[in-house]
Formats: sequence, structure tokens, C-alpha cells
Amino acid sequence: MSSEHHSAHHDHSHDDTHHQQSFWSQYVFSTDHKIIGIQYLFMSLFFLFFGFCLMLLMRWQIAYPGHPLPIIGKMFGADSMPNGVMLPEFYNQLGAMHGTIMVFLGVVPLGFAVFGNYLIPLQIGAKDMAFPRLNMFSYWSFLAGGMLMLSSFFLPNGPASNGWTSYSPLSDIAHDGQTIWLFSMAIIIISSLLSSLNFITTIFNLRAPGMTFERLPFFIWAQLITAFLLLLAFPPLEGAAFLQLCDRLLGTSFFLPTGLFVNGHIANISGGGNALLWQHLFWFLGHPEVYVIILPALGIVTEIIACNTRKSIAGFGMMRWSIIFLGFLSFVVWSHHTYLTGMGTNITAFFQTTTMIISIPSVIIVSALFITLWGGSIRFNVPMLFALAFLPMFGFGGLTGLPLGLAATDIPLHDTYYVIGHFHYVVAPGVVLGLFAGIYYWFPKATGRKMNEFLGHLHFWPTLITMNLVFFPMLIQGLMGLNRRMYDGGATYAFNHDILYWNVVISSAAWVMALAQLPFIFNFFYSMFNGEKVNSDNPWQSATLEWATPTPPGHGNFTHPITVYRDPYSYSLPGAPKDYSPQDQKEI
Amino acid sequence: MSETEEFIPYIVKPREDTGLYNAKFGIWLFLASEVMLFGSLFSAYILLRVGSFTWPVQSEIQNVAIGAINSVVLLSSSIFFIRAWVALKADDIAKYKRFMYLVILFAFIFLFLKGVEYYQHFSHHEYPKTSVFLAIYFLMTGLHALHIIGGILVNSYYAGPGLYLRDKPNGKQWFINRVEVAGLYWHFVDLVWIFLFSTLYLL
Repeated sequence: MSSEHHSAHHDHSHDDTHHQQSFWSQYVFSTDHKIIGIQYLFMSLFFLFFGFCLMLLMRWQIAYPGHPLPIIGKMFGADSMPNGVMLPEFYNQLGAMHGTIMVFLGVVPLGFAVFGNYLIPLQIGAKDMAFPRLNMFSYWSFLAGGMLMLSSFFLPNGPASNGWTSYSPLSDIAHDGQTIWLFSMAIIIISSLLSSLNFITTIFNLRAPGMTFERLPFFIWAQLITAFLLLLAFPPLEGAAFLQLCDRLLGTSFFLPTGLFVNGHIANISGGGNALLWQHLFWFLGHPEVYVIILPALGIVTEIIACNTRKSIAGFGMMRWSIIFLGFLSFVVWSHHTYLTGMGTNITAFFQTTTMIISIPSVIIVSALFITLWGGSIRFNVPMLFALAFLPMFGFGGLTGLPLGLAATDIPLHDTYYVIGHFHYVVAPGVVLGLFAGIYYWFPKATGRKMNEFLGHLHFWPTLITMNLVFFPMLIQGLMGLNRRMYDGGATYAFNHDILYWNVVISSAAWVMALAQLPFIFNFFYSMFNGEKVNSDNPWQSATLEWATPTPPGHGNFTHPITVYRDPYSYSLPGAPKDYSPQDQKEI
Repeated sequence: MSETEEFIPYIVKPREDTGLYNAKFGIWLFLASEVMLFGSLFSAYILLRVGSFTWPVQSEIQNVAIGAINSVVLLSSSIFFIRAWVALKADDIAKYKRFMYLVILFAFIFLFLKGVEYYQHFSHHEYPKTSVFLAIYFLMTGLHALHIIGGILVNSYYAGPGLYLRDKPNGKQWFINRVEVAGLYWHFVDLVWIFLFSTLYLL
């Protein structure tokens, strides 16, 4: 807490005396947006790592089906891996929990909650979020939901095992893990709902004087659109979760059609429901969710590219309109996930068209970022390397999605490894690299120390190479017809035998990728206490407001009232004495 | 909480360019998400009904009279809320309390009548698992009843124990804002019932 803030308020009788708080109220039950952001950071990195480990286990089974997992295989017990050989049930559980944890507890909280919480008030010149206590409640309910999800591993039958999409009717008749999945998702949804309304109110109502919408950094725009998507797309999944809970606990049949066959017998259910209802409700969330994953990373990468090319973003106005348009359109593309459910051709044509249209704003944004590089004096520091790698990888992920958006090509590709390859190209080499870029870039603001450059390179290059070795062969396998969700990696089918050797390549690359994360983990904790100290509050010489705060920012963020005078990317302005002109300085 | 008041702006006064104070902005966003929540259930209702071979004539197995009375009860409760808010703005606390008690009383009447309906269904052996219509009926009205209970809790707090909030600096206008926000929620819950009544009883 700054001394100015203290002296301005010490005469009030109701002074909260934030500077005298105990350790618990300052770092654990904190309402400060920066502390909450860092709490989210630790938890979401933990969940990312955990979800990643689940996948590493699965990759053993895919590469060497039926072989006992060496060394650690025996530790899992007879229920999941007798003698170190993975049971099919356990494989399904790992798959479902990998998807759920990575998406809902890893990537989305990291992109949205971590960077949003830490940076939104800083970048708009506010002292905190509009609803600080609500913010704390969001974090704790996220934590509760996540812990509940993890606790389902200790159920007698294990956690949910129906994929991250939890399709009915399978999920209606699955074992108890699914009930925990639904409760836990409901809690996580409440958490993200409260976060998103908090973020939107903050962005609209707490902007500093002079911070018009044209002067908002693109990162804030990305967070704003993301928050609207979460606010409006998540409630239908909550509704769907209620319906599925009723099916499971009260014996209703929302998703169970009459005459459902299970294991060769007609199931004892009331019937009359519709299994497709779940798919529509799920994907109504599911598709905007993809943009919830992508947009924060796009915002982070935009900030880093503008700063490290020392240029204004090319077509910044066009990028703003693109992201608004993309947000609207993401609500009317969901059924391109359900082409194979027997929709009519007219409906299919509609969703094909909207899916093709939604690629336009994404292409505009990525193109604008590429064009920004032209003629810039690029600084190849570690955050910039990650940001630069994001562009082609995300573009590649997007382009491989086009064949899936058209029904004619989707029919053979559906549920093959091609889908896995496409989706992971968007999320892993795309979004996750962007999120790493953000961690390296804002680390000095949060800690006052830089992360080590050499270890950063040691993290970046192997990660980039192994990610491509993991996901590109999946596209090949998928085009050859290898189905996803195969317990034995596809060995059952003769036509797969020519491409099974890729399974070993992919798995080995995944394990090397895991090793490549060790430099990051070490760097992260080591640099926090022993990294090179930054000698200014603005080590990257950036023009946006978060660097106008002390390092690390105290309670209340800014030491003086902020007024904004210019665009966020005011770099290399003609006639300016230096190559960046901070937003809050009157003279350029 | 004077420190918080200065620390975070627009808690009491609306911001000029948005025209809203923070809580009002927040509650509108919350209600937008509620529209999507109930909207998804209404869509589910439509899809289930369109895709179903048999569907009961709803007005025959529903107690339309109680449903209609309940609509009037909730609408009156909303009107009482407005009267209470007007009284609060005029600084007439006794009148404000009287109307808030009426709001809460009518909410309880609504819940009681809803309970009577549920009892009638159960005594006819009509349970959620009996048919898809009854399932979605119990789910939607049950979720709505939970919203009513939430509203009762908030309104009871502001009708009595929460009044001390007026003694804080800026507390009077702040309290009027709080009640206004609670009122927006209450009117929304009322509005949802109008849709529920027409969809689940009359159509």
C-alpha cells in the first residue's frame, strides 16, 4: 500500500487499514484483484500440469497397448492399473478428466481469470474491480469446484468417464463420477458467471478519465468479449447440468428416448426424452467456449507484439470490430459440432455458412498482427518468441478447422484424430504458447524480477518443436481414418496398422514435451526470489497503463490519479523524444 | 465503509457516460445471464414437446386457477415493492417497512400455493419421472421457486436487519440503490413466472 493512499485516508473512522492486515487476510482471503489473480495463477497452472499428466499416462497406453507401465504403473492399484496395465475404464476416465480439467480448470482460468484479474484494473487505470468481495467469492468457488472435481478420483468407480462433452444418454446411466462432475461444473459455472459480470462492470464503469473505448488496449477488448461470452453462453450448460442431474437422481428422462437399449436389454426408464437436446445445450456453450479460450491469448499476444515491434498495431480499429463481430457470431455456429446427428440439409447449410463467416474476423485479427511485424524493430525476447510462435500455430489450427466446418468433409473426419489434431493446434501450440508469453511478459510487473532468458529459450524451443511433433502426426492419422477414443490406439482395426507407428512418435514427443516444461517450472519459482531485478517500473518500455504503477503494484495500484491522453499503442510517434509515449503522459 | 466508497467509484452515484452505478450494471448483467438460463430451459421445453409423440393437454392436468391466482399474487408483490421503494425514497421508513412486509408475505403466499399444487400432483401419483412434461414442469417451477426463496432472503434482510446500512456515510442513497437492485431482481423473478404460467399451464 502506498504512503499517499494511507495519508489520504488515515483520518477516516472506518478506515479498513489494509496495511495492517494479517497474512491470512492479505494473501489468502484477499479481495485485492492482483492477489486473486495470482491465486488463480497458481491453481490454474497446477490444474494444467495435472491434466497434462493424465494425458501422459494415456499416451503410454496408446503407444504400447497392453504393456505394463514401467516404474510408476504399479502405484495405481488393481482398480485402475492391475500389474501396471491400464484398464479400459481407467483410460476413459483419464480422457474425460484430461479434457474437463484442461478446458474448464486450466486454460480458461489461466487466460481469463488470471490475466483478466491482474490486468483489467491496471490497464484501465482503476484501483480494483467493481465488486472486490464478489471477486474473492469467484475464486473460492472456482477452487471448491476444482477440488470437488479432483475428489471424484477417490470414488469407488472413479471419476466421470464420458469425455469432456458428457454426451447423454451414456452420461445419464454412467456411474457416480458423473454426478460429481455435474455438481462441480455447476459450481465452476457460478464462479465464472460472477467473474464475468464483475469484469464487464469494471471495464464499463471504472475506466480512468480519458480512457475512451477507442483507447482501451486490445487485451481489454478481448477480455470484455470473453466475459460476455461466458456470461451468456455458460447458463445453458448450467441448465443442461440440472436436467442431467434430474435424469440421474430423480429418474426423469430428459435425455433418454423411449426404448433405449443398454447392454442388449431395454433400459428400465420412463423415456420420452431426446438425446440430441444435450448436444445442443452443451455445444451452445461449447462453441463460444472455444472463443473464451482463444480471445484472451489473442489479447495477450497483441500487447506483446505492439510493445516488442515498437509500432502501433496495424488496423487496430478493424481488430476491435472483428472481435465484436466474432463474439456475436460465435453464438450461431454451435451445430457444426453435430453434423452427424441427422440434421436437415437446410440447418446444416445455415451452420456451414456461419462457420465459414466466423473465420473472417479471426483471419483479420491474425493478419493485422502479422502486418504489424512489417517494418517493426523487433526485439526477440522470450515473451516475443512465444507470441511470434503463436501466430503461425494458431493460424494453422484455424485453417485445419475449415474442413471440419463443412459437412461434406466433416463426415469422414468426424471423431477421428484429425479433430484432436485441429483442436489441440488451436489450444496447445496456439493458446498455451500465448499464455506462456503473457506469464513471461508480465512476470516483472508482479514480482519486480525478470524470468531467466536462457531457461526461457530452453523452455520455448523444445516445447515448440515437440508440440508440432505431437499434433501434426495426429492430422495424418486422422486423415487415414484413425478413430479417437480408442483404448488400444487403433490396433483393433487392420486398416490402421500402417499408421500405428505414429502413436509411438506422438507419445515420445509428448514425454519430451513434459521434460521441456521443467525449465519453466524451475524458472518460475527461482526467478520469483532470485531473478534479475528490474531497474525501472516499465522494463519493456511499454505505453499501456499497467506499467505506470509501482513494481509490484500496491493496494490501490496507482500512486497518483490517472488521466489518459492517447492510444494504447503509442510507439515511435513522430516528434516524440523516446520511442514510446505512455498513455497517461500529457506530452508525447 | 467510507474508504471503500472513495476507493471504488460509482458505488452510490451513477457514472455519467454509462448512466449506471456499479451494482445496477452488475444486476442487469446477472439478469441477462438468468435470461439465458431460463431461456435454455424454455428451449429445452420446446424441443422436448416438438419431438414427443404424446403430450398431455396441459390445462387439464394443471390447476390453472391456482396458477392464475399465483400470477396475481406475484404481480401484486412487485407493485408493493415499487410502493416500498417510493416510500424509501421519500424517507418514510415505517411505510417502506409495511410494504416490504407485504412483499415478503405475498412471496410466502405464492410458495404456499405452489406447494398446494405440488401436493395435488403428488397425490395423483404425478412425479417428475412420470412424464417428460411433468419433469420439465417440476424442474422449471422448482428452479423458479428457488429464485423466490433467494428473493425472500434478500428482501427480508433489507426490510429489517439491513436497515442499519443507512447510518453509514452516504448510506441513505446507497441503501436506496441496494433496494432498487433487489427490486430489479424481484421484478425479473415475477416476469419469469408470467412466462412459466403461459407456457406450462395455458399452451
